[in-house]
Amino acid sequence: MRQVSASGYGRRRLTDALFRWACAAAVMLALVPLVSVLYYTASRGLGGINLAFFTELPKPVGEPGGGMGNAIDGTLKLVGMACLMGMPVGVLAGVFLAEFRASRFATAVRFAADVMAGIPSITTGMVVYTIVVLTMGRFSALAGSVALAIIMLPTVTRTTEELLLLVPGTLREAALGLGVSKWRATLRVVLRTAAPGIATGAMLAVARIAGETAPLLFTAFNNRFWSRGLDQPIASLPVQIYTYAVSPFEDWHRQAWAAALVLVLLILTLNVTAKLLVRHRVGAR
Amino acid sequence: MNRRGFLFTLLAAQAAWLLLGCHGSEQKPTPASGASGEPAQAGPVSLNGAGATFPYPLYSKWMAEYNRLHPDIMINYQSIGSGGGIRQIQARTVDFGASDAPMTPDEESKAPGKLVHIPTTLGAVVLAYSLGGVPELKLDPEAVAGIFLGSITKWNDPKIAASNAGVNLPNTPVVVAYRSDGSGTTAVFTDYLAKISPEWKDKVGVGKSVKWPIGIGAKGNEGVTGQIKTSPGSVGYVELAYAMQNSLPMAELKNAAGKYVKPDISAITAAAAGVDMPDTLHVSITNPAGETAYPISSFTYLLVYEDAADPVKGKVLADFLWWAVHDGQKLAEPLYYAPLPGPVVGKIEGRLKTLKAAGQVLLSKP
Amino acid sequence: MPPSSSELSLVRAQPRILRRLGREANPGDLIFRALAGLFATLVLITLLVMAVQMGHASLPSLRRFGPGFITSTEWDPVRDLFGAAPFIYGTLVSSFLALAIAVPVALGVALFLTELAPTWLRQPLAFVVELLAAIPSVVYGLWGIFALAPFLRDHVEPGLAKSLGFLPFFRGPRQGYGMLAGGIILAIMILPTIASVSREVFRAVPDTYREGALALGATQWESLRDVVLPFARSGLVGAIILGLGRALGETMAVTMVIGNRTEISASLFAPSYTMASVIANEFTEATGDLYLASLAEIGLLLFFVTLLLNIVARLLVWRVAMPSRAK
Repeated sequence: MRQVSASGYGRRRLTDALFRWACAAAVMLALVPLVSVLYYTASRGLGGINLAFFTELPKPVGEPGGGMGNAIDGTLKLVGMACLMGMPVGVLAGVFLAEFRASRFATAVRFAADVMAGIPSITTGMVVYTIVVLTMGRFSALAGSVALAIIMLPTVTRTTEELLLLVPGTLREAALGLGVSKWRATLRVVLRTAAPGIATGAMLAVARIAGETAPLLFTAFNNRFWSRGLDQPIASLPVQIYTYAVSPFEDWHRQAWAAALVLVLLILTLNVTAKLLVRHRVGAR
Repeated sequence: MNRRGFLFTLLAAQAAWLLLGCHGSEQKPTPASGASGEPAQAGPVSLNGAGATFPYPLYSKWMAEYNRLHPDIMINYQSIGSGGGIRQIQARTVDFGASDAPMTPDEESKAPGKLVHIPTTLGAVVLAYSLGGVPELKLDPEAVAGIFLGSITKWNDPKIAASNAGVNLPNTPVVVAYRSDGSGTTAVFTDYLAKISPEWKDKVGVGKSVKWPIGIGAKGNEGVTGQIKTSPGSVGYVELAYAMQNSLPMAELKNAAGKYVKPDISAITAAAAGVDMPDTLHVSITNPAGETAYPISSFTYLLVYEDAADPVKGKVLADFLWWAVHDGQKLAEPLYYAPLPGPVVGKIEGRLKTLKAAGQVLLSKP
Repeated sequence: MPPSSSELSLVRAQPRILRRLGREANPGDLIFRALAGLFATLVLITLLVMAVQMGHASLPSLRRFGPGFITSTEWDPVRDLFGAAPFIYGTLVSSFLALAIAVPVALGVALFLTELAPTWLRQPLAFVVELLAAIPSVVYGLWGIFALAPFLRDHVEPGLAKSLGFLPFFRGPRQGYGMLAGGIILAIMILPTIASVSREVFRAVPDTYREGALALGATQWESLRDVVLPFARSGLVGAIILGLGRALGETMAVTMVIGNRTEISASLFAPSYTMASVIANEFTEATGDLYLASLAEIGLLLFFVTLLLNIVARLLVWRVAMPSRAK
C-alpha cells in the first residue's frame, strides 16, 4: 500500500467519491440501451402473445392466428441437447485447466477455448454442416445442437476455470487435510463453492446459444410443422424470428416481436431457475 | 435435499421430453402405387426444400394450403438463399431447391443427376425511394444507370428532371441503398442494368453479389426498406411486396417500348408473356419488348431432379408442382406475385410429365 | 507434465511405496484426472477439427491468391477477385471500439454490483444486467436499424462532428449506419458477458482482503485499486478476452448497422464491413468454388486474428502479473 498522509486526505476522499459516481454512471449508461431494446420488443411483441402462440403452428401470411408452438418446442430441445453435450465437457475441461494450470497441454487447451470464443457462429455452423449434415444426408436437430454445444463450450470452460482458481487454497487444503481424496475434494468442496459463478457462466452461454440464428440455418434448418424426430429438421425461435422479421408483412413482424419477447422470457426463466438452484445459503455478496 | 430433488425432477422431465422427440425417421413408405392422381403412400410424407427468400411467403402459403388438402403431406420450405438452395439440392440434403436466378451450366454439372427448372411465379424488383414532397417519380434507363453508377449525385440533376416536368425536385444528395448480402434480387436488377447500360456491364457486371460503385449496403430486402424509410433522399431496389407493404413510393420506369410503366401485377405478367420460353424452362425477362411490360421482372424457379431417388417422395413432389402451377396460381396475386402466363404453364406441364423415378413416369396426366 | 504444488505436497506426505505406484494415491483420483483430461482434450480436438475443416474449405482461395489475400482490397464476386484487407480492418476497429466502450462500463457495473450498491439492490440489478445477455442478436440488429442508427445520425454524430471534427475520425458524410453504430452495438452485446464474469470474479475475492485494507485506513477506492484488482486481475483479463471473442465473432447485429461497404476509412461515420458480416451476408447465396473458398478463408483469417490477439493479451498479462502472481 502506498504511503498515505493526512494532508492528502481530502484529495483521497474526492477520488473515492469520483469513483463511486463513475460506477453509478456506468450502471445508468448500461441501463439505457437495455430499457430501449426491452421497450421496443415489449411494445411491439406484447400484442401478439396469446395461448395460441404457444400451442399452434405458424399460419401463412394473411391468415389470422397461428403461433410458434413448434419453434418454442424446438428451441427447448436444441438448447437442452446442447447443454447435455456442452456442460459436462466444459465444466470438466475447466476443472482440468484449474488443476493442472502450468502444464503446456493446459496452456494449449486454454488457448483453444479462447480462440473458439472468437469464431463466428456461422463458421461453426458451416463446419458442423460439413461434418454432421453431409454425413447424415439430412438436416437434423442433432446437428443443430452439436453446433450450439460447440458455441457454448468456450464460455463454460473458461468461466469454470477462472472461478475455480479463485476459490481459496485453504478450503481445498482443509479438505485434503481431513483425508478426503483429491477428486472428492475438488468436486464436493471446490466446485461446490464456485458453483454460483459457474452457473452464471453457464447461463451466459445458454443465453447466447438460445438466441443464435446463423449456426442453425445449415444444421437444424427449420420446420413449419412439429418435428418428428431428433434426426429431422426442427424449428427454433431465433430462426423463425429472423425469417419473419425479414419478410415484408406487418403481421409476421408482429409475430416476430412476440417471439422475441417469448425467447427473452424463456432465457430469463432458465437463468432464474439455475440461480435459485445453486444459491449459497451463507454469506452471499 | 429439496433442492436436489427439484433438480433431478427437472432433469428427468427434460430427458423425458427429449426422448419423446426421438420418434426416429418417418415410417418407410410402401412402394405400391395407387390410383392415378393420388399419392401412393401409406403414411405421412415429409419433404424438405430450401432456397430463395423471395418466394417464401408464396411457398409457405402453398404448402399450408396443400397440407390442408392432403393432411398427410408435410412440405417444409426454408429460405436460406438461392445459392444455399442450389448447394443443398446438389448435395441432396433436401428434396427440392429454389432459386431466383437460374443455375449456371457449371452448377448443373455438379449435381449428381439431371436437374430441372420449374418456374413457379413471377416477381418484380422496384425502385423505392423516400423524397419528401415527391409522390411520383419517373426514371428513364439513363437516370437509373447514372444513379447507381454514381454519376448522378443530386435529385435535381437534369437527367432526372428531364423525365419529371413540373415536379419540384430538391437539391439534396441521392443516397443509394444496395443489398450487401448476395441475392437473387440483385441478380435481376444488375441483369437489367447491364442490358440498359454498357458502362454498367463493363464496370460492374451481373451477379447475386457485385461491387457497387456507390452507396450503403443493407442486409436483405428489409434492410434496404429500413434504410429508405429512415433516411430521406434514399433510393434502393427492393421486391414489390416490400415496397407495397411499407407504403414506399415506387418509381415508374421507362420500358423498352418507350412507355413509363408502374410496377403492378398485370405489367409483370405482360413482361413474361412477351418472351419466348425455351425448353430449358429458364429465361431472363428483364427489359423485354411489350408496350405494357414492366422492365425489371423475373421468374423464380424450383429445382427438382428429373429422376427422383425415392418414388413416393418423387410422386408427392410432382403432384404438388402440378397443383402449384395450376390451382396454386390463384393464391399468388394477393401476395404481390404475378401468375404465370398460359403458354408457360403449358410448357411446364410437358416438363412435369417427364419426371420419373426408378424408370417409371410419376405423373399420369392426359 | 510437471506436478502442481498441491500434488507434490500430497504425494510427499504418502509413504514411498505409494509414490512408486504412480502419482495418484487412489483409483478415484486417477479416474477423475483421466476424465477431466479427456474432456480437456475434447476441447482441443474440437478446435483442431474446426481449423482443419476451415483450412480445407479455403484451399482453392489459398492457392489462387496466396498471402496477397490479406492485403488486397478488391472484393468483386463477378470477376472472382477477392481480398480480405477491408474486412480485417473493420473487424479490428469495431472490436476495439467495442472494448473501449464496454470494458470501463462493464467494470464500473461489476464494481457497483459487488462493492457499492446497497444489498437489497444487488440481486435485482444483477438480474437486469443479465437481461441484456438474454436478448437475441437479431433483435439487437432490428433495434439498431430502427432506433440506434437514426438516433446516432440525428443527435450524436452532428455533435461529434462539430466538436471533434478536427480529428480524422469524425469527418465525412453521416448516415447513422457505420463503424460507430457497429462499435456501439457490439459494446452493448459484450457488456453483459464482461460485467457478469467480472462480478463473479470480484465476488470471489475474500472479504478479508478488503477489510484488511480498509482497516489500514484506505478509502474504498484505494482498497479496490491496490488490493482487490490485483487479486482479480487474471479473472478480469479472462472476462475481457471472452468479451473480445464475442465481439470478433458477432454477426447478425453488426451486419445490420455497419453499412456493409468494403472500404477502409479513418472516419467512424463511414460504413465498414467485418469478417463475420461478409461471411454471413454472402455465404448463403455464394455459388462458385473460388467465392466459397474465399469466404472460408476469411473465416480462417478471423481464426488467426483471434489467436494472435489472444497471444498478445496473454503476454501482457504474464508480463504484468508475473512478479506479483502468488499461485
